[in-house]
Amino acid sequence: MAITILIPTALRAFTDGKAEVEAAGGTVGGVIADFAARYPDIRRHLYDENGALRSFINIYAGDTNIKSLNGLNTAVKDGDALMLVPAIAGGSRRC
Amino acid sequence: MIELSPSLIAAIRGEGEKSYPDECCGFLLGSERAVKELVPVINAREDGERYHRFRIEPDEFMRTELAARKKKLDIVGFYHSHPDHPAAPSEYDREHALPCYSYIIVAVEKGRACKMTSWLLAESRSEFTEEKIV
Repeated sequence: MAITILIPTALRAFTDGKAEVEAAGGTVGGVIADFAARYPDIRRHLYDENGALRSFINIYAGDTNIKSLNGLNTAVKDGDALMLVPAIAGGSRRC
Repeated sequence: MIELSPSLIAAIRGEGEKSYPDECCGFLLGSERAVKELVPVINAREDGERYHRFRIEPDEFMRTELAARKKKLDIVGFYHSHPDHPAAPSEYDREHALPCYSYIIVAVEKGRACKMTSWLLAESRSEFTEEKIV
C-alpha cells in the first residue's frame, strides 16, 4: 500500500530534499519503519537507541495525532497521508 | 543569513512587546532563506512558566505546515522573545531545537523590544551559530 509521508523542512536533508515521499505498510508503525529503511540516515532522528519513536516526533494521520488514535498500530490504507511533526519549544535562561 | 523585511522585523518586535512579560512565539514562513510571513501562535506553556518558556502545540505545527504548503511556502524557522533577558539562545533552546530551522530571538527589556538575533543549530546539535538578519 502506498502511503504519502509529508516531511517537515528540518528532516528534508535526509530525504534528498523531498517534501513528501511514499512508503508502504498496513499500520503507521509499519509505514514509518519502511520509510526509515528507504532513508536510513533519518533513522537516528526518528528512533532512540532502544528503537522507540523519539518523544519530540509526533505523527499525524490526516489531521489527527496518532496519540489519539491507536498509536503506531493505527491502521492505514492506500492513499492515506502521514505527517511528521516535530515538537517546538525553547525559552530563556531566566529562572 | 536570513532575509527579513523591515515590516516583519517590526512585527516580531511588536509580538514580543505585546506578550511581555511572557514569551511570544510563532512560525517563520518563506522559501530558502527568505521569510515571507509570520504566523504568531499562542504560547502553549502553562501559566507561571511562560515568562521563560514557550511551546508550540503539534496541532498548530500540523495546521501551519499544511497552510504553508498550499501557498508554496515552507516553515523556515520560529521566533520567540526573551523578556528581560539577552537575545541569545539558552541551553534549553539548544536542547529543543532542530537543525535547518532559523531561530529568531528578540530581547524585550521592561516591555520594550531591543536586540534581535537569529540562530542556526549545528547538524551535530552541539551548538548554535548566529546568522545575519538582512
